[in-house]
Amino acid sequence: MKEEKKVSLTKRKFLKTFMAGAAAALLPLAKAESAVRDFDMEDFLQKNFREMTPDEVKKTLKRLEEKYKKKYGKDFVVKGTPARENVSFAYGLNLSKCIGCRRCVYACVKENNLSRAPHQIHYIRVMRFKKGQGIDFENSEHYYEAAKVPEPGYFYVPVQCQQCEKAPCVKACPVKATWTEKDGIVVVDYNWCIACRYCMAACPYMGRKFNWAEPQIPLEELNTNTHYLGNRPRMKNVVEKCTFCIQRSREGKYPACVEICPVGARKFGNLLDPESEIRQIIETKRVFRLKEDLNTHPRFFYFFHS
Amino acid sequence: MNKRVIMLVAVFVFVFSMKVFAGKDYHVPYPPFTPGIYPCMECHEGLDRNKKKRVLKEMHQNIKIEHHGDRWCYDCHDERNMNKLKLANGESINFYESYKLCGQCHGNIFNDWKRGVHGKRTGNWDGEKQYLLCVHCHNPHSPKFKELTPEPAPIKPTRHGSKAH
Repeated sequence: MKEEKKVSLTKRKFLKTFMAGAAAALLPLAKAESAVRDFDMEDFLQKNFREMTPDEVKKTLKRLEEKYKKKYGKDFVVKGTPARENVSFAYGLNLSKCIGCRRCVYACVKENNLSRAPHQIHYIRVMRFKKGQGIDFENSEHYYEAAKVPEPGYFYVPVQCQQCEKAPCVKACPVKATWTEKDGIVVVDYNWCIACRYCMAACPYMGRKFNWAEPQIPLEELNTNTHYLGNRPRMKNVVEKCTFCIQRSREGKYPACVEICPVGARKFGNLLDPESEIRQIIETKRVFRLKEDLNTHPRFFYFFHS
Repeated sequence: MNKRVIMLVAVFVFVFSMKVFAGKDYHVPYPPFTPGIYPCMECHEGLDRNKKKRVLKEMHQNIKIEHHGDRWCYDCHDERNMNKLKLANGESINFYESYKLCGQCHGNIFNDWKRGVHGKRTGNWDGEKQYLLCVHCHNPHSPKFKELTPEPAPIKPTRHGSKAH
């Protein structure tokens, strides 16, 4: 009798403890509930973009269009336009012309569906330098506030992904979620990225950005014309970067930053076309690249010229 | 019937204006005239051309000439036909060819403009490009590029990461 009572007591105690423990364990799960709900088996099992057959690419793009329609209630176009033959992209930036107005920064945000404040992502960082001290990043400032630009005594150097030919970020990625395309654009397969951020540590230009939170974009400002390797909506925990507006440039258009620049400082084109603006610049101006000593061979050329 | 006539007239006017203002050598948009100011001859038709440098009191008071050197209207505007501009050699040119006028002194920049190095291009890197005239960005009477208000600075990360957390 006595023993029985003891057992039942223990049982009750055990159940009580167990229930409390289970509740405690469920608490964080409730927090992660949205993550569980958003988990997409198809996304998880999908191949790396480069290993897909044309048919699989088609299916994936269609699946994503449906997914975005469900999530945002808008009709998206997700393209997979491949690199064109005989095209090798490069970019030119005239530092004598740049006035530091940051129009490019926000044109890029809009075109590429970048996360808005408070978790803000910008692909372009406009660095301000004091005249006469050269380009010394240690003494540069990109949070400058000014009533009017250009401010006397300063010059500006916008920096974004330099699309290196020998890209250190590509070498660093342990899962090959990022690579250089045939036309020179360094891209990220967001569905393959494991969020280790090694690429960010490897990049000497701070060209890569990480989605620490679910990207925040006002619905009415979503750009629905997208590319799988470019501006399609990203998710939390993936790395992203400038792709020369792959959704535009692969269709022959200029990137958004080129089109918005009010002083015409930004130039873009095909290195293999002798008539292109970028070739004219490289052939007739004194161009330089950032941190040339690192041997990254950027496709981004800066120059000073009236 | 009436509608059709209006449509025809509209199409005619459109085609005509394209013909007048489509650049011969370069595709340029319509010159940035002050609204209602062109054609100049609407006012200047019966007026004498006073070539004397003076302070303008009746019209164009807003024009300040801040162009390098000692300039006056008829250095560039054609006194024989105010709807046109005039090159240094006396040749009369249209407003949509004004790059020829600017190029007389600013030859290096003109060369760069022709190659697409100076000035803004929009459109396609591999096809049709939209050029702008010099005067779309530079006021010909005061050509220095004017200051702009910059877009806001990025949010500074706080000590505990950005505010999103």
